[in-house]
Amino acid sequence: MTELTYPLTVDEGERAETRSELTELSTMIIRALRLSLRNVDGLITALALPVMLMVMFVYFFGGAIHVGERYIDYVVPGVLLVCAGFGAGTTAVTVSADLAGGIVDRFRSLDVHPRSLLAGHVVASVGRNLISAALAVAVAVALGFSPQASLGEWLAAIGLLSLFILALSWLAAAIGVLMHSPEGAQGITFLISFLPYPSSAFVPISTMPSWLQGFARHQPVTAVIDSLRALLSGHAPGPAAVTAVAWSLGIIAASVIAAGVLFARRVR
Amino acid sequence: MTSDLTIEATGLEKSYNSTAVVSGIDLRVPRASVFALLGPNGAGKTTTVRMLATLTTPDAGAARVAGGDVVTQRATVRRHISITGQYAAVDGLQTGVENLRMVGRLQGLSPAAARARTAELLDRFDLVDAGRRRVATYSGGMRRRLDLAASLMRPPRVLFLDEPTTGLDPRSRRRLWSVVGSLVSDGVTVFLTTQYLDEADALADRIAVLHRGRIVAEGSAAELKAAVAGRRLVVRVADGDALDAVACAAGPRVVERDPGLLTMGIACDGEGAEVRALLDELDPDRSRIVDFSVRTASLDDVFLTLTGHTATDESESTDD
Repeated sequence: MTELTYPLTVDEGERAETRSELTELSTMIIRALRLSLRNVDGLITALALPVMLMVMFVYFFGGAIHVGERYIDYVVPGVLLVCAGFGAGTTAVTVSADLAGGIVDRFRSLDVHPRSLLAGHVVASVGRNLISAALAVAVAVALGFSPQASLGEWLAAIGLLSLFILALSWLAAAIGVLMHSPEGAQGITFLISFLPYPSSAFVPISTMPSWLQGFARHQPVTAVIDSLRALLSGHAPGPAAVTAVAWSLGIIAASVIAAGVLFARRVR
Repeated sequence: MTSDLTIEATGLEKSYNSTAVVSGIDLRVPRASVFALLGPNGAGKTTTVRMLATLTTPDAGAARVAGGDVVTQRATVRRHISITGQYAAVDGLQTGVENLRMVGRLQGLSPAAARARTAELLDRFDLVDAGRRRVATYSGGMRRRLDLAASLMRPPRVLFLDEPTTGLDPRSRRRLWSVVGSLVSDGVTVFLTTQYLDEADALADRIAVLHRGRIVAEGSAAELKAAVAGRRLVVRVADGDALDAVACAAGPRVVERDPGLLTMGIACDGEGAEVRALLDELDPDRSRIVDFSVRTASLDDVFLTLTGHTATDESESTDD
């Protein structure tokens, strides 16, 4: 930095024209994927947690819980959703940390749409969570999980899980924008990762106290779990699948809108 | 508005939670010049820069930057400005190269152009070896340089530098100053904020002194110094009693006083005859004054005179 050998500026004629929206989005996705791969905490959550949870539920709790079928076949969808909840926590923390730092000012002064920034994080989040889910299923199979699903039912199950993960990821992104500290974002998303417990994920709802049954029966996780469980055991999921898709789409729509509003309020 | 003005602001105001941070600021900055907003922490510098750089919407007033209104024509303004803030706007988990290419792509450079510009800027900012390392491993000075390089990926017409050298060692400061100088010679308008008087003095063509959200003085460094009793006689006395006696004799002409060092500054024009008469007047017995010097007012003096505060003691508010 001693001698000026060439100008720091270039002529107006060389000024690049505006980027395409696709470039903006793909740049933000590449960034978020890169940050994901280098975020040690997030990677531990994505890779170690599915293994630990599956082992824990099958071996620690499985012996004591009787659900009328092999517990490992019963519990896999629940573990998948607990993992998705923790994965959403990573996303909320990442988004919140982004907004707490100076990088958002850089992106805003580059006229990057907030939705592109968040979509990058959401895509990385879905990617991370699907890898977690695949790992969880692999561990379950190693422990004796024997799904009866046909190819079509597998694809439907994967599609449904992906859609719900997408919904949780957008919700997490909105929470990340809402909370001014990554710790706060972590705290709120803890509630999301808790949501599978008062549902049909680990024990039949009929065994719960009656005041809890109403909530457990009608909350979104139960619809997703029931659908996944039916599909993986080779049955048609029935109306639960419609409910699960409706919940997912509703959460996505509400979260995208909320994230936009919160972002605009935050940067006033 | 005159086409020669790159930044023109009138009556800018901004409050946070009903606390006024900026209370009516007017600014006029000609093209290819360096303008410094000088003030202590909490004076409203960062808020002013953020309003001019379209990152914060003013509550009242208007501003045009690089040919666009900062509220109604944000996209136009954003195409022509870059901002480097106090906190480096780069990703710690990405390498220097990855950060710069990302910014280049977002500015519409092709992958090849972004790669070429990245190599050029890393070389220019002495970051070639560090370019492949994650930014989290960089020193403060290296981060700041990378941040500035990111701001220059697409050459801006207006570069905002918000306290660019706060926390940097003297060598890094000088390097940054030399970059600012070369930018201006290339036609860039630089708007910088600083709490360092020497920085404003060294870099800026015009300086505005900001105090509690208002501009209390504006002009070139020389004009500001001249406005505040251009010169002063600084005397050092034997003891505290002598200091009191000299202060009493000088009356309202005392512009500074340091009981610890036993020194006192007295406004004067610096002429030999006046200095001689002043010394006799202050110390008729020739027993109080140990030694003396005559010096030009510094920007510190300007600040002290205009605001009643030294440049660093205003800590009630910490917005910037």
